[in-house]
Amino acid sequence: MLDNTIYNERLDTMNDVKISARGVNVFYADTHAIKDVDVDIKDKMVTSFIGPSGCGKSTFLRCLNRMNDTIDICRVTGDIRMDGQDINAKEVDPVQLRAKVGMVFQKPNPFPKSIYDNVSYGPRIHGMARTKAEMDEIVEKSLRRGALWDEVKDRLHAPGTGLSGGQQQRLCIARAVATEPQVLLMDEPCSALDPIATAQIEELIEELRQNFSVVIVTHSMQQAARVSQRTAFFHLGNLVEYGETGQIFTNPTDSRTESYITGRIG
Amino acid sequence: MTDATQSPAQGSLSAYDAHTAKRNTAEKRFRAYGLTAIVIALTLLVILFTTIIRSGAPAFTRTVVEIDFTLTTPQFEAAEKKLLKTKEYNMLFAGFVADAISDGALDQAAVAASLERILGKVGGDIRTHYRANPGDLDTPVAFELSTSSRAEQYLAGDITRDTLVDSRFLTAADLDVIDRMKDAGFIKTALDTTFLFGADAGVDNPGGAGIGVAVIGSFFMMLVVLVVSLPVAVAASIYLEEFAPQNWFTDLIEVNISNLAAVPSIVFGILGLAVFIQFAHLPQSSPIVGGLVLALMTLPTIIIATRAALKAVPPSIRDAALGLGASKTQAVFHHVLPLAAPGILTGTIIGLAQALGETAPLLLIGMVGFVAREYPDGLVSGFTDANSAMPAQIYTWASRADPGFYEKAWGGIIILLIFLLSMNIIAIILRKRFERRW
Amino acid sequence: MSVTFLLLILVGLAVVGFFFGRARALSTVQGDTRRLHSLPQYYGAHVAIFAFVPAAILLCLWLAILPAINGFLTQNALDPSDIPEGRDVSLVMEEVKQVAAGLDKAVAAGTITAQEADQPEQIIDDLRARFGAAGVALGGDVRLSVLQAATTLRDARATQRTVLTVLLIATALAGFVWAARQITPDHRARTSVEFSIKVLLIASALVAILTTVGIILSLIFNTVEFFRMFPAADFFFGMTWQPSFQGESYLGIIPLLWGTLYISLVALIVAVPIGLFAAVYLSEYAGPRTRSVVKPLLEILAGIPTIVYGLFALLTVGPLLVDVFGKDGLLGVTWMGGGTSVMTAGLVMGIMLIPFVSSLSDDIINAVPQSLRDGSYGLGATRSETIKTVILPAALPGIVGAILLAASRAVGETMIVVLGAGAAARLDLNPFEAMTTVTAKIVSQLTGDVSFDSPEAMVAFALGMTLFVITLGLNVLALRIVRKYREQYD
Repeated sequence: MLDNTIYNERLDTMNDVKISARGVNVFYADTHAIKDVDVDIKDKMVTSFIGPSGCGKSTFLRCLNRMNDTIDICRVTGDIRMDGQDINAKEVDPVQLRAKVGMVFQKPNPFPKSIYDNVSYGPRIHGMARTKAEMDEIVEKSLRRGALWDEVKDRLHAPGTGLSGGQQQRLCIARAVATEPQVLLMDEPCSALDPIATAQIEELIEELRQNFSVVIVTHSMQQAARVSQRTAFFHLGNLVEYGETGQIFTNPTDSRTESYITGRIG
Repeated sequence: MTDATQSPAQGSLSAYDAHTAKRNTAEKRFRAYGLTAIVIALTLLVILFTTIIRSGAPAFTRTVVEIDFTLTTPQFEAAEKKLLKTKEYNMLFAGFVADAISDGALDQAAVAASLERILGKVGGDIRTHYRANPGDLDTPVAFELSTSSRAEQYLAGDITRDTLVDSRFLTAADLDVIDRMKDAGFIKTALDTTFLFGADAGVDNPGGAGIGVAVIGSFFMMLVVLVVSLPVAVAASIYLEEFAPQNWFTDLIEVNISNLAAVPSIVFGILGLAVFIQFAHLPQSSPIVGGLVLALMTLPTIIIATRAALKAVPPSIRDAALGLGASKTQAVFHHVLPLAAPGILTGTIIGLAQALGETAPLLLIGMVGFVAREYPDGLVSGFTDANSAMPAQIYTWASRADPGFYEKAWGGIIILLIFLLSMNIIAIILRKRFERRW
Repeated sequence: MSVTFLLLILVGLAVVGFFFGRARALSTVQGDTRRLHSLPQYYGAHVAIFAFVPAAILLCLWLAILPAINGFLTQNALDPSDIPEGRDVSLVMEEVKQVAAGLDKAVAAGTITAQEADQPEQIIDDLRARFGAAGVALGGDVRLSVLQAATTLRDARATQRTVLTVLLIATALAGFVWAARQITPDHRARTSVEFSIKVLLIASALVAILTTVGIILSLIFNTVEFFRMFPAADFFFGMTWQPSFQGESYLGIIPLLWGTLYISLVALIVAVPIGLFAAVYLSEYAGPRTRSVVKPLLEILAGIPTIVYGLFALLTVGPLLVDVFGKDGLLGVTWMGGGTSVMTAGLVMGIMLIPFVSSLSDDIINAVPQSLRDGSYGLGATRSETIKTVILPAALPGIVGAILLAASRAVGETMIVVLGAGAAARLDLNPFEAMTTVTAKIVSQLTGDVSFDSPEAMVAFALGMTLFVITLGLNVLALRIVRKYREQYD
């Protein structure tokens, strides 16, 4: 943990910062996977993490909602604050953090239950609905946000696993937004999908930006360029460059970034 | 030798040389060995099962004498006036039988004496019937009467006229009566309900022995096994699979479980004797002790199956739940465990089937060597009263001196195997039906 | 109050606690569950756990300690001269307990009034009859000293029951109140409940360790006890096994070990070639159809309970062997006296082990990588040559491990040898002679009325210990070999 003076020194004094990370290091047993990374995630914006495989972008993403806690050998140091509150502090319940920072995974992973049960699971465990009607309302709203409502409204009690790959992923997004998170983390959400489904998801991300800050890890530079306002480039565990998406793609300051986006490394 | 080394390179592809022929013979021979091994194993299986069925089937039937007996009203009234009423009925019945099988060639008194050895005292039964149903007088009534075990052995060919030694149980004259009744078509076979539902009988009465009480004993034992080992095994597996950190303590538990799976069952019997009976003073020979011992034995089996089932649930399901803000416990109990349930159930049934057939530990906690005569008279006494269990009852019968019990032992095995088979079939069906491929 | 009733009260308190905790949590946020840290039922469970668990632990401890205290009290109440010459204190203690229990039963049955039961000395002559009327059978008339001790015991128990009731309810209520007072919207009830769940899970995992500890302790204590009565050297190196209940027993383990090893050897000679060849055929030659039929059939052999094999040995194989090798047999030799013999048990045990050897070997042969086979076939080797020169040598360590596992099974097998091997301990080479094994003798020494104070019974524990050590050693060795082998190809 960094002490407060260093923290203040490094803190960008911007009001619209949702999550700010300072001096984050991650170790898998003896492997140093993330090396001293500083990032500010801004509110109501899409931030994308790009970089070659194994550069640590997914690992870093998982730090933001403490999913790395579930891996025994993984150790995280450094300071990550959400709205100024240290998320790794002892008094923070990781479970509540994850309700505020939702996550969508690489492979669509709906529960082998009905569509309705998939979406209502989060609200149920967080006690968000008092009545069945309220729950129905949440489910409908979330499915609409996930741009899935029209396709599934007649078969809410059909199994979620019966949907197509793209629909499953949108179901997972609807499921994640049902808990009313403030930040939505997406770990390569389109890598298992075909181009049409990918386009639908990208469209959805743009809409989600109205209500959430979205952080997306992607392999596709085109996708990063299309959907995000800010981009971070990771390489070998280092954050090489972070800035406005347009600037990163048109006028990178670091030579490694340039090599990557022009396809010479990665 | 030079030939052999050169031929593959030089000869035509279709020409067989001596060396290849030799190699091919060796190949065939080796293949034949393998086939022979399989044939031997399967033959042994067939022999085993035919032996069981052939030796055990007779236990399910008993030989009965079925006679359409007619009692006239005057006979009834006369008999009711006599001092020794049942004896009178015996004589009436014997007279009827004597007429029916020999046209008077056999003496009525002699037939009565024979019938008493073959069928026991039937007069009482007959009298009770007519006193209860006076309307049956003057019309033929079908009486079905069980034969004694000696008579049954004669009919089955286990006793012949040559080997028979006259005794108070059976004499040569009785054999004539039996033969004549057989010729007259009075002798029939019927399902032996005593064997299926009855209790064990004394050491000199194989005919009266039944397995029913032992089945109940086994049932109560399996209840204990289920109630104790299923929750403990599932909880232990969840801990090891989902929560346990990687450290020496977890390793210790793992090593323990794999070793327990290999400890000979008799050692568990010693454990049961020392801990549950000697130390904790639980009632000897009781299903509760047997059940506890078998539960400890079954634990590793269920744990191994449960862990495999938990492992088969893909990690993405756990991630999905955790990502929504479910706690680890919630993720496991809401999602992983329900998905693993069919696998756990299958493993449990197979574990129970193993426990059901286990005998050795029961010998040490005293479930053998006594006569389990009574059904337990309630739920509590079902657990705590001394009882036998199916395999223990089979062992008890097998170790008795009277060979008449061997047939019962084989019969018991058939029942035991039917239980095991149905449990395994249920397990297979469950697995087929709920199998989920990820 | 009886323990069952106390438990019911605790359960009742826990149930009340659950609903109270839930309602209280809801009322702190005026029914708006979103403002609670955890779902309302977790608050309920939190209160229920604190009401129930500490009190239940107290109850368990109390029940564990109490008999010792009461034993001490009653023994003090007994005059040392009351214990008859040559009789054990524990026997008199049993008598006291029996009389005390009898009094309770008689009061319950109404043959003695409660007042009379408090001063039973006055009806001492009548006691046996009144007990009889209540269905309590006594071995003889009640002696005054025993009766007084029983009265002391009953008084102590009555006091203890009151104390226990008060203590338990107080503990439960304290837990209840403490947990209920904690409830605020920010209180992490779920964390607390999940901690309890985790403790429960760990406790379940500990059962495995406890079982092992139980086995080892029960073996060690009783074995030590046995060696106090019987010299260890005579046990381990004695060449004669001749227990006699008049004393002067010879309890040498060597003949038993010999019988065990001999029978296991015969079993392995049957099972290993058949099992191994069957496995080779199934994994290398047989088509998927044959495999899918034959494998389950072989597994049936493995699923048959050992009592069935035992009966098969005793009633079928034994007589069959006598018909061949016995007097007036087919071969005209008189090698075999009776149906039970090393051969009988060994052959049947071999049948039992066939599927064990074959399925283990099958797994191991399948673990040999396909690339090795391809390499050999590519050089023009036939299947049998590939199997003999490539697969079997590669799989050898694994197969040795499998055979060791089978051997450990054979050594620990009980029912087949109890029924098929005979009862006479013999050091002989003739496999048609009846011999006996360690497991068979454990059974014979410990069945029937066992008194735990004679070396003839206690020897079973020493035998069990030996058996445990041997099988454990074989298993650990086998598993290590198999694991090494697996790692090689992982």
